[in-house]
Amino acid sequence: MLLQIENLRIDGTDVDGNSVEIVKNVSLEVDRGQVLGLIGESGAGKSTIGLAALGYVRPGCHFAGGSVRLDGQELVGAPVGQLLDIRGRRVAYVAQSAAAAFNPAHRLLDQICEVHRRHGLGPRAAAERFAVELFGKLGLPDPERFGQRYPHQVSGGQLQRAMTVMALITKPDLVVFDEPTTALDVTTQIEVLAAMRRAIREQGAAALYVTHDLAVVAQMADRILVLRHGAAVELGETRQILEQPREDYTKALVSVRRGEHERHGGHERSVVLAVDRVDAAYGAQQVLFDVSLRVERAATVAVVGESGSGKSTLARVITGLLPPRSGQVRFGGEVLSNDLAGRSKEQRRRLQLIYQMPDVAVNPRQTVQEIIGRPLTFYLGMRGDALRRRVKDLLARIELPAHFADRFPGELSGGQKQRISIARALAAEPELIICDEVTSALDPLVADEILNLLLRLQEESGLSYLFITHDLATVRAIAHEVVVMQRGRVVDSGAKDEVMAPPFHDYTGKLIRSVPEMRTDWLDEVLAGRA
Amino acid sequence: MTAALLLRRMPWITRLGLLLVLLFAFLAAFGPWLAPYPEAEPVADVWQPIGTAGFPLGTDTLGRDMLSRLLFGAQRSIGLALVITVLSFAVGSVCGFLAAIAGGWADQVASRIVDVFMSFPALILALLVLSVMGSSLPVLVLTLAFIDGTRVFRLARAVAVDLNVMEFVEAARLRGEGIWWIARKEILPNALPMLLAEFGVRFCFSFLLISALSFLGLGIQPPAADWGGMVKDNAQAIAFGLPAPLLPAGCIALLTISVNLVVDFLLDQASRRSRRG
Amino acid sequence: MPDLVRLIGKRLLFGLLTLFAVSVLVFIGTELLPGDLAEVILGQTATPEAVAAIRAKLNLGDPAVLRYWRWFSGVLVGDFGNSLASGRPITTVLLPRLQATLFLAATAAVIAVPLAIALGLLSALWRDRTFDKTTSAATLAAISMPEFFIGYLLVYVFAVQLGWFPAISRISPSANFGQKLWAIALPALTLTLVTTGHMMRMTRAAVVQVLSAPYIEMAELKGTPRRAIIFRHALPNAIGPIANVVVLNLAFLVVGVILVEVVFVYPGMGQLMVDAVSKRDIPLIQACAIVFAITYVGLNMLADIVSILANPRLRHPR
Repeated sequence: MLLQIENLRIDGTDVDGNSVEIVKNVSLEVDRGQVLGLIGESGAGKSTIGLAALGYVRPGCHFAGGSVRLDGQELVGAPVGQLLDIRGRRVAYVAQSAAAAFNPAHRLLDQICEVHRRHGLGPRAAAERFAVELFGKLGLPDPERFGQRYPHQVSGGQLQRAMTVMALITKPDLVVFDEPTTALDVTTQIEVLAAMRRAIREQGAAALYVTHDLAVVAQMADRILVLRHGAAVELGETRQILEQPREDYTKALVSVRRGEHERHGGHERSVVLAVDRVDAAYGAQQVLFDVSLRVERAATVAVVGESGSGKSTLARVITGLLPPRSGQVRFGGEVLSNDLAGRSKEQRRRLQLIYQMPDVAVNPRQTVQEIIGRPLTFYLGMRGDALRRRVKDLLARIELPAHFADRFPGELSGGQKQRISIARALAAEPELIICDEVTSALDPLVADEILNLLLRLQEESGLSYLFITHDLATVRAIAHEVVVMQRGRVVDSGAKDEVMAPPFHDYTGKLIRSVPEMRTDWLDEVLAGRA
Repeated sequence: MTAALLLRRMPWITRLGLLLVLLFAFLAAFGPWLAPYPEAEPVADVWQPIGTAGFPLGTDTLGRDMLSRLLFGAQRSIGLALVITVLSFAVGSVCGFLAAIAGGWADQVASRIVDVFMSFPALILALLVLSVMGSSLPVLVLTLAFIDGTRVFRLARAVAVDLNVMEFVEAARLRGEGIWWIARKEILPNALPMLLAEFGVRFCFSFLLISALSFLGLGIQPPAADWGGMVKDNAQAIAFGLPAPLLPAGCIALLTISVNLVVDFLLDQASRRSRRG
Repeated sequence: MPDLVRLIGKRLLFGLLTLFAVSVLVFIGTELLPGDLAEVILGQTATPEAVAAIRAKLNLGDPAVLRYWRWFSGVLVGDFGNSLASGRPITTVLLPRLQATLFLAATAAVIAVPLAIALGLLSALWRDRTFDKTTSAATLAAISMPEFFIGYLLVYVFAVQLGWFPAISRISPSANFGQKLWAIALPALTLTLVTTGHMMRMTRAAVVQVLSAPYIEMAELKGTPRRAIIFRHALPNAIGPIANVVVLNLAFLVVGVILVEVVFVYPGMGQLMVDAVSKRDIPLIQACAIVFAITYVGLNMLADIVSILANPRLRHPR
């Protein structure tokens, strides 16, 4: 057995200096040439286990028990010299953010060949030749000269591939991939995934693939270990985990990504929001070009796009934070003033916004009562007992107990904070809520609950949503209409069933095909389809 | 976070610092009533050594009781530094917050003016103004409060700019809240830990500056006792082997060390909290 | 490298603007504050004739802008006018004093810079260990103490009790280099103690920041030995911040020199300025303030330029 982890326990410390268990009695095995996927939500301990395969724990953590053996050789408590010899040569690591993991002061090739040199694997020229060969195999442009660049001179997707080259240059037995594609856009992710998989297969290396995305790991792994709160939940063949999960938690994870939400059809209704031919710019750089869209009453319009598509800028224009260069925004029949100062209190009340990051969306120094109560006082003039009663009602509507009113956000989980954000928006009794990536900072199960809550609220009170997202699964789950944006332009739009079904618009099709699907042969099919 | 919890987290050295700060605060408050002799009248021979009967800390260059002058000086030196710091915070932090929230040209103008004043060493600026305006108490306080205020402005603005881009502030702005409400309810409570630590830093700064000016003869004027001036008065004693100037100088050092110990702890806590999100 | 040149050009321009603003400030601070300058100089009891004479000598009747321009154009060519107290040209009074101050500051810097960098590096590498905690406590004390406390303490111990060094730093013109060093040993040591504290703490913070970067962890996971991590991966990225810290602290040092010179009666710029203040020798005060300000602003500017130059993103643009 190449890698054998038995009853591994790793402890860490929290901010107050208390000891916390990060990994609880986890065992796993990886044989030569095999890929094991480690999957779980944040706090599952998956990265910690990945690093433990190199005999490494982050500062502040320590091995509390168990063993990590590589080819029978114990790594827990091994002497430093022995670990240095193994790291980079026999076990290599690919980090989540290549932009941060490459040293900004050195050229890529120097950093890649450094591993080779440190482990005395032969002359630099040979290492360089091999690196160039790997650059080519991973589809990097101009392989001969690619290595001469500095990290900040190449794109994120290219850097991630360069990091894979750095891992493979010593022909290691095992590669630990730690969320290597999480920071990438979907259309970039697919290239990187394919390149990484081809490269490790050719070298016959084994791999630990750490991710939170079940569909991604399905393309890479032979077996999957599901983790939660630092403990193993379920271990099985990839196909079995996807098709016949045994544990409830795994079932939940699988069903979330399949987007099994109840839907209700949209009907023809009056238009609440209309954006007409908007151009917008930050300084000299134009980011929105001739953007138009409309949102009907009690309907959800999803605005989809990758980073740089201008979808968040659109939200800023609609809310009045960024006055457009030309074009206009109409809301409930009135033309809204371009800048915030020109909008009436009533106009502001009817148009609310929910943010991506629940941690910064609510003031950590205000109680839930103050956060939800403020719009009630500000817009509706509520005070005293009436105010307190209404906050209680709102808490009930977002499915939180009434005593939460006295808590501070620091005492709440991410999902609970996001619910508070929703309640704050609801408190204003709006007609339209703009949801800016409201689920992308949340773990999948929590995100799913939030989506369900939003759907329920819409049915109850006939709210309209403008849903800004990069995630097509979310679009499928919640949208009636879809607007696809690319580089500041609307490239495709219409009813969801038309936009998201063949025949596709070119870019929409590319987006949809790039989203990993929850089956093991998806990547193969996509690659075959291209060839 | 409650005060009790903070206290429990303190390492022993921070607790020692806090204890000394409280002790100095007590002496500053009640010093003149505790003093056995008057502030400005000679009561014995000059330069009696430490341990002389009736004068536990000896006498100074004019035969005044050291202990009494130290006690009177505590109130004046610490009290003045406190007044200066409070003034500078009242003006500096309000202006800094408003500049950060308002943004635009008002912020630009205020920041550039503060840049110019900060590009000038504080001691030199104080020397310049005091040499022309004379060293009366109001001039001294206002000058130092202004110099200190520019530093407070810079920090308050920086903290507020960081908070201002947070989405909860944007939400308040979208709601239509006024600038004053945003400063008071959204920014201030979150800036408080940093401001508290900065209060300690600025207190030390103005305390040291006022002591330095008195030491140079441009601060508090004799015969009023203050620690910086006492160092100057007794400087020659050292040539005769007497540590007399070290007493007031040591008091200055001990107080600033104590305050800095507490500040260090507060800054550490604030940075941990911000890391936690 | 258009970005690099543009950024540095911008910083230089801003530095020059700052110096101009500072010169205006010095002028306003000394000549336009409320009260009649002639009376300020001579005191309340001066005879009207004497006041009139001073007014004529300083051209106080002229409009402020004209007086500023006359003074400023003089400063540009190094002419600060004449001292009111001695009547000698300020430049001849100032230059030897400036030289003495620079000698003292340079000596302190030569000890303090390597010491602070070494201590800061070691503290960062041995973070949270006993060495780090001890130096941290010691430097906290050092930066909290006023210069005159450290100064008199050193005098009391090394001059009065032990008699190793002189308590007063007089330098005779005939002294050789070694004698000069011996004479300024205590003030230089005082300045060293004061600046080392700040410099060491800031160096430590800069290195700790670099060491916590993900690329350091990556280097560790590549099997890089600790020495190589420090010298190859950490130092190239820490040099910029450290250089910035050093230059910034040299600026503090130049200002700290004033108090130290007074403690040791050392004939430098600081002592000169304090004397000028007590004699109300306005042109001399202006000159001293401007020279201190130029040094301070210049060093601050240099610190910024150093960190711009050290940024690999700017040195190797896309």
